[in-house]
Amino acid sequence: MSSIADPIAGSPVADAKAEAKVAAAAPAITLPATGERELRLDLFRGLALWLIFIDHLPTNLLTWLTIRNYGFSDATEIFIFISGYTAAFVYGRAMLEGGFVIATARILRRVWQIYVAHVFLFTIFLAEISYVATSFENPLYSEEMGIMDFLKQPDVTIVQALLLRFRPVNMDVLPLYIVLMLFLPLILWLMKWKPDVTLGLSVLLYALTWQFDLYLSAYPNGFWAFNPFAWQLLFVFGAWCALGGARRMSRILSSNITMWICIAYLVAAFFVTLTWYVPQLGHIMPKVIEQWMYPINKTDLDVLRFAHFLALAALTVRFLPRDWPGLKSRWLRPLILCGQHSLEIFCLGVFLAFAGHFVLAEVSGGAALHALISVCGILIMWGMAWIISWYKHSADKGASKKGATGNADLAGGGA
Amino acid sequence: MKSARTMLGLMLLAATLAAAPARAGDTPEPAPPAPPCDVPAYLLASESSLPKVTDAVKANQPLNVLVVGSRSSTIPGNEASAYPATLQAALKEAFPAATIDLSVELQAKSTAEETAGALVKLVEAKKPTLVIWQTGTVDAMRAVDPDDFRTAINEGVVALRGAGADVVLVNLQYSPRTETMISAPPYLDNIKVVAQQHDVPLFDRFAIMKQWSDAGYFDLFSTAHGVDLAKKVHACLGRALAKFVIDAAHLGSVQQN
Repeated sequence: MSSIADPIAGSPVADAKAEAKVAAAAPAITLPATGERELRLDLFRGLALWLIFIDHLPTNLLTWLTIRNYGFSDATEIFIFISGYTAAFVYGRAMLEGGFVIATARILRRVWQIYVAHVFLFTIFLAEISYVATSFENPLYSEEMGIMDFLKQPDVTIVQALLLRFRPVNMDVLPLYIVLMLFLPLILWLMKWKPDVTLGLSVLLYALTWQFDLYLSAYPNGFWAFNPFAWQLLFVFGAWCALGGARRMSRILSSNITMWICIAYLVAAFFVTLTWYVPQLGHIMPKVIEQWMYPINKTDLDVLRFAHFLALAALTVRFLPRDWPGLKSRWLRPLILCGQHSLEIFCLGVFLAFAGHFVLAEVSGGAALHALISVCGILIMWGMAWIISWYKHSADKGASKKGATGNADLAGGGA
Repeated sequence: MKSARTMLGLMLLAATLAAAPARAGDTPEPAPPAPPCDVPAYLLASESSLPKVTDAVKANQPLNVLVVGSRSSTIPGNEASAYPATLQAALKEAFPAATIDLSVELQAKSTAEETAGALVKLVEAKKPTLVIWQTGTVDAMRAVDPDDFRTAINEGVVALRGAGADVVLVNLQYSPRTETMISAPPYLDNIKVVAQQHDVPLFDRFAIMKQWSDAGYFDLFSTAHGVDLAKKVHACLGRALAKFVIDAAHLGSVQQN
């Protein structure tokens, strides 16, 4: 992972200037030269979006393709890491070119976009849940239906949702992302000063979170399902990699020892996961290890999960070179397109997951229908990504020839 | 190695149990017609044991069962068809000579922590041989911190054991309709952890119901307003739970006599 290019932001002149400034102003971090867009990032972010969508649907055939069935980490780790990486890349450049205030302003605009997207999704969720509440009175689930009680106090609930404290299941990623992005100016500012110290601080915060059980509370009770104090580690690590860390690690990444450690860890994780799905194997696992290992805490980004992600990433970087011709093939195009418009496609995915639940509830169908819904959802995500990029390249181009930089956030930035 | 072999034995035993009494149970029970609700043997096998239950049945003493649960341990208005009642019927059928007393203590809207506090008093009052503790739903709905949830179950199990009762834990229902609203996995995981730590048999209601849904036995997505589905599911749950208890208490041989 060495370089990613923001496709729209840089005219050649601006880039040259930027590079000059990089060299002059900030020797602490290095931004890679503008070249081709790093398609691997888009590819894996697209993949993460597809997997998140499938994981949000009820279990079906396609669920067996998602990585959480084969190890500890899942698509969320990929998504947050790559988001940290690209955000740092885009806004790190903005900070070097335009200074702290400009970069912060642009980041805040991005945060606003994500926030609006979150509120939009919440509206859809409210519609869905209200429908379920009015149409579903199965005595078998009279207890579970109590979850609808918040509909009795819409005033409180909606205000709490706007404050990001009321977050239904499956809507946890965007609030986490909003909080992480809010702190991005600070992270970048520290990175500009000393990247390694910043990463160290991040690790420290992570350790303190585990030691002192720091968390954000939610409404009506409970806690944030993704603890930002813990998950910031992945985000900051992504940023650190984007701002030169990856290059400095390249020796470690290409060593054979690293490779074998990663492979051994992934295989071990695979066998542990296997015992979850084939409970007959559960008795092979030594009890001592089980007691030490479980529960593997997703809320606080368990070290086992983080290590699993690192191992996956290290092997990916090693075996999938950035100039791999397959990245340009037609077959990977849908994934890459989705990865390039991740905020829109993420929101669409959450919406489609709601819609999929709705269809499954209304039409009682078997495994085939479940799988069909997943496939349709993915096709819709691809189609939407295609339309968005068509807008960007064709429809919007004629309208504003010079104002392309205004769109940089949408294209290369965050989500 | 050794445990793997006992496991295999248990599984075979459970498989035979699963085949035999289900058929036998069809005839004498008139109320709900038994739907096909086989449970894979591994979901009914437990490495943990229930020594007090074993002793009581072998010594021909009354078996005193206390079910502590939230609203999903009953069917509103149809308590006699809920799984505790079918469990009692199935146990009676398995041990015709034994006296099976069963009482249900519903703690609707109580989290595990709130229930755990009340457990000791309940046990002192009823002196059960076996406590079946169904929990997790309320905690999941209120999104209680999973660590607090685990601590609460832990304390509850220790208290029950300390008071001299065997314990079976029962986890959440599989509820596909509310999957987008209630996040079950952290609570399922944490119950499992406590069960492993204390060697408590865990009746995996969630996995069993999911299995029934996947196999097409029940349409749990159904919007049907009637009480029929609930009765059928509870009948199956009660019978599966009876098998589970008999298996964990190693009473398969007693039963066959």
